[in-house]
Amino acid sequence: MSFMSKPTVRHPKLPVNDIGLTVRDYEGGMSTLCAGCGHDSVTGALVQAAFELSIPTHRFAKLSGIGCSSKTPAYFLRDSHGFNSTHGRMPSVATGANSANRDLYYIGVSGDGDSLSIGMGQFVHAIRRNINMLYLIENNGVYGLTKGQFSAAADKGSKAKKGETNLQPPIDPCQTAITLGATFVARGFSGDKDQLVPLLKAGMKHRGFGLIDIISPCVTFNDHEGSTKSYAYTREHFNLAIAANFVPPVEEITAKYEEGTSMPVKLHDGSTIVLRKIDQDFDPMDRISALRNLQENAEAGEVTTGLLYIDESQPEMHEVDNTTKTPLVDLDYSQVCPGNDTLQKIQSRYR
Amino acid sequence: MRPTDTSNPDYFHKVVDCQYACPAHTDVPGYIRLIAQGRFTDAYMLNRKANVFPGILGRVCDRPCEPACRRGRIEDNPVAICRLKRVAADNRDDISALLPKPGPGNGKKVALLGAGCASLAVANDLAPLGYELTIFEKLDVAGGLMRSNIPSFRLPVEVLDEEIQMILDMGAELKTGHPIESMKDLLEQDFDAVFVGTGAPRGKELNLPGRQEAAANVFIGIDWLESVAFEHTESIGKRVLIIGVGNTAMDCCRTSLRLGADEVKVMARKPRAFFKASDWELEDAEEENIDIIVNHSPKEFVVKNGKLTGMVFELMEYDVDNNGKITDQHVTGETTISCDDVILAIGQDNAFPWVENDIGIEFDKWEVPVVDEMTFQSTREGVFFGGDAAFGPKNIIWAVEHSHQAAISIHKYCQGEDINQRLPDGQTLDSAKMGIHEWSYSNTYDGSERTLVPHVSLTERFKQLDIEVELGFSPELAAEEVERCLNCDIQTVFTANLCIECDACVDVCPVDCLTITENGDEADLRTRLTAPAENLAQDLYVSAELPQTKRVMVKDEDVCVHCGLCAERCPTAAWDMQKFTLHHPHTRDEADTPPARDVA
Ligand SMILES: Cc1cc2nc3c(=O)[nH]c(=O)nc-3n(C[C@H](O)[C@H](O)[C@H](O)COP(=O)(O)OP(=O)(O)OC[C@H]3O[C@@H](n4cnc5c(N)ncnc54)[C@H](O)[C@@H]3O)c2cc1C
Ligand SMILES: Cc1ncc(C[n+]2csc(CCOP(=O)(O)OP(=O)(O)O)c2C)c(N)n1
Ligand code: SF4
Ligand code: SF4
Ligand code: SF4
Ligand SMILES: [Mg+2]
Repeated sequence: MSFMSKPTVRHPKLPVNDIGLTVRDYEGGMSTLCAGCGHDSVTGALVQAAFELSIPTHRFAKLSGIGCSSKTPAYFLRDSHGFNSTHGRMPSVATGANSANRDLYYIGVSGDGDSLSIGMGQFVHAIRRNINMLYLIENNGVYGLTKGQFSAAADKGSKAKKGETNLQPPIDPCQTAITLGATFVARGFSGDKDQLVPLLKAGMKHRGFGLIDIISPCVTFNDHEGSTKSYAYTREHFNLAIAANFVPPVEEITAKYEEGTSMPVKLHDGSTIVLRKIDQDFDPMDRISALRNLQENAEAGEVTTGLLYIDESQPEMHEVDNTTKTPLVDLDYSQVCPGNDTLQKIQSRYR
Repeated sequence: MRPTDTSNPDYFHKVVDCQYACPAHTDVPGYIRLIAQGRFTDAYMLNRKANVFPGILGRVCDRPCEPACRRGRIEDNPVAICRLKRVAADNRDDISALLPKPGPGNGKKVALLGAGCASLAVANDLAPLGYELTIFEKLDVAGGLMRSNIPSFRLPVEVLDEEIQMILDMGAELKTGHPIESMKDLLEQDFDAVFVGTGAPRGKELNLPGRQEAAANVFIGIDWLESVAFEHTESIGKRVLIIGVGNTAMDCCRTSLRLGADEVKVMARKPRAFFKASDWELEDAEEENIDIIVNHSPKEFVVKNGKLTGMVFELMEYDVDNNGKITDQHVTGETTISCDDVILAIGQDNAFPWVENDIGIEFDKWEVPVVDEMTFQSTREGVFFGGDAAFGPKNIIWAVEHSHQAAISIHKYCQGEDINQRLPDGQTLDSAKMGIHEWSYSNTYDGSERTLVPHVSLTERFKQLDIEVELGFSPELAAEEVERCLNCDIQTVFTANLCIECDACVDVCPVDCLTITENGDEADLRTRLTAPAENLAQDLYVSAELPQTKRVMVKDEDVCVHCGLCAERCPTAAWDMQKFTLHHPHTRDEADTPPARDVA
């Protein structure tokens, strides 16, 4: 953990985005995580993605649970809304916040412990409801904050720092999410920003629940030999299945697409995700194919990454529930609170 | 690109922009840190080792270090390096015990011609080694242009006297009032070597119509300043025109104000961007309400009834291209400006009427001697040149460095060694890490603006010619200014095989210096870095292949603020902050090192 803060001095020629901000304007406080933690790189990628999308910083809401990963919202988007909830409860808070204001960009940051152990029940229901948010699992295979116990994402056979072997099978959040009907499922690696930043941008712009499982090594407790979540192991077993490139609405898509290899997916705001198949057997628009391939690759010991599954056609929570299009803060008081007369009428129904 | 060779001291030296720009390679960040610790004496001695005259230079140095200072690339203003040097000189203790003592005689005699900074600096290097030195000076006092031309309101006489005396006390014999009138005669005396430090003593003439008739009221700048310094001239007319806009012009105009002029105009042929004077000299003159008039080219002196009444100027216009170069000029008209006196400050030339042309000392067509740029030896063995005498007018700090190099040559020559076989520059690197989050330097970035040096008020300063205008920083002001130094000598040193490519350093760097990417040639790499890398004068530091992905770490040195955050956030200490010390050899080092001998 660093005692000094990152000074505000910046490169004099730093580019600005469409709304006149530099990437530095999207940063947050100085990280207190261990030096070299994968989570810090995810933070860096988030800063970059938000900057590139030119979204005003106050249009974001950051939500998290408990864990090293869940601490990171303090380190990006210092001018955004935020809620650091209790362990595993971020999805509920996100659901509530999103219900009240559907116009913000919601970024949930969680860990493999936070989401796949204590918060598993919350996690799956957020998917089921298709809450319009980007949900990140910064996955290091351990409970980093509590000193490195195996998490539910630890691979069978992976070795802990002191030598013991994990004997239980892992939960793969991507497979789980696809099974439950998630509409955007991706996997990235904290050590590969070239891949991660476009995924984050696409995930922020996707309408509905977007999950990105990000392999994010814990340098302190899970970056040794024998670990299957180390920098070196991830790089060795990295298998890019579907590359994704995010194209904002104003830019024209000029590249030609080979039928069956590259495919543009239009998002609701007019932007496009261009998918490029690296693994020819993999169809990211077909749930069954995506699941089968994920399973097969996992059996073969590969870390399958990329935009694994996408479905832009499903309605998100507000559409299903037919709620008001206006955020509650923008409604008149009389509309939010219909008054005593109405209350009396409702109550009389139950007398 | 090939991995950067950091074993060559030039690489890290270049990162210390100020030290690299300083002709004498003064360890600027080193002495600034000493000042920060209140160690003024140590700061003075560190300076003195490289530049010999810290008190003088802390006031009047041409300061090539400041325009080079990295801080000036990050915000507008560099660190006030020069004025911090003065703080060390003003606040130091008695240093007589720390100065080199005259060495036991080694039986070699060296003649030093002229008692300006060049000869004095040679004496400084040779006296402690036991050379018998004789300085021959034409004038009655030592100091050269520092005494005769740099006005006392910029450089007090006591400061000059003290630093000259330090050198004379090391055992050099000073013969004042002793002009050398024949080099041939001198060479016939039994000196083992001769050093010529006689400067560039001839002020340039402006031969325009009326010059002869107006002679009584037209002065050559450097001669006029000298006669003011030696109190032969004590007044000047009310309206004075200074021709030229270099540093000499600035001293002439400000001196005129102090001798009774009240309307002084500095006449420049070209626009401001082409002025030769340093920005700070211009600022100081303008603070005293000097008019600087651009685009006026002198045409003739107007003389009525045998007396100068004014000057005619052509009004100029220039075509300037995109690179700021003048491509063409036009005369658009003419104007006459009346005046009582004119001072010509348009440059100096070398002049060696006393060097015979049949003694093997060659000159080029501009009468500048042919001198070797490394050894400072002339075309005659054993005769060396330095300072303004060597390559024409420069400044004090260049003269000092010439002298360090010439002294090495003189020493080697007198010892029968090859003067071309010299010790190369060396470096040491010491980790600055003191603990998990502790560094041996103040690494937090301080965003303060440049501290201004207080000046004597405009009502007070003209009362006497020798009132020093600048008051210098108080230790309190200095304490603020030192924190602006970025510690560029604390280098970021990279060890490729330790890197796990976690990106922590790349993300944390406040000025986006770092990138991990596929290798390429320099032009290509520069387009793929985290932040624009457009300053081609600043190097890219490229690592060997990284172990995991075979990419490379690239650092653009341009605006690194040496905050150490990359090293602080690196889990494997692949980045480390290391104090770079340059070893730029002086005569003492050569003398301590036995000469290389052929092994038979
Ligand atoms: C007006 C003015 C202002 C300047 N201001 C600055 C400044 O602020 N900062 C800066 O860094 N530089 C300044 N300079 C430049 C600086 O003064 C010179 O570059 C520097 O003094 C050169 O030193 P030197 O020892 O080579 O020669 P000089 O200082 O010229 O010394 C040469 C000495 O040799 C003597 N001499 C000459 N011929 C003979 C002879 N035949 N026999 C014996 N003795 C002889 C001369 O009398 C003189 O004392 C200024 C120059 C001028 C003219
Ligand atoms: C209710 C509750 N139970 C247990 C804990 C202890 N605890 C804190 S963080 C954590 C696990 C965090 O793991 P993960 O989400 O993977 O985050 P990481 O630190 O690995 O990023 C646990 C069990 C807690 N804070 N609250
Ligand atoms: S313990 Fe692990 S997860 Fe937590 S900050 Fe340190 S490296 Fe990151
Ligand atoms: S010291 Fe490191 S982190 Fe700081 S500016 Fe330089 S490269 Fe960047
Ligand atoms: S912080 Fe260290 S290990 Fe990580 S990328 Fe930078 S140099 Fe490599
Ligand atoms: Mg974890």
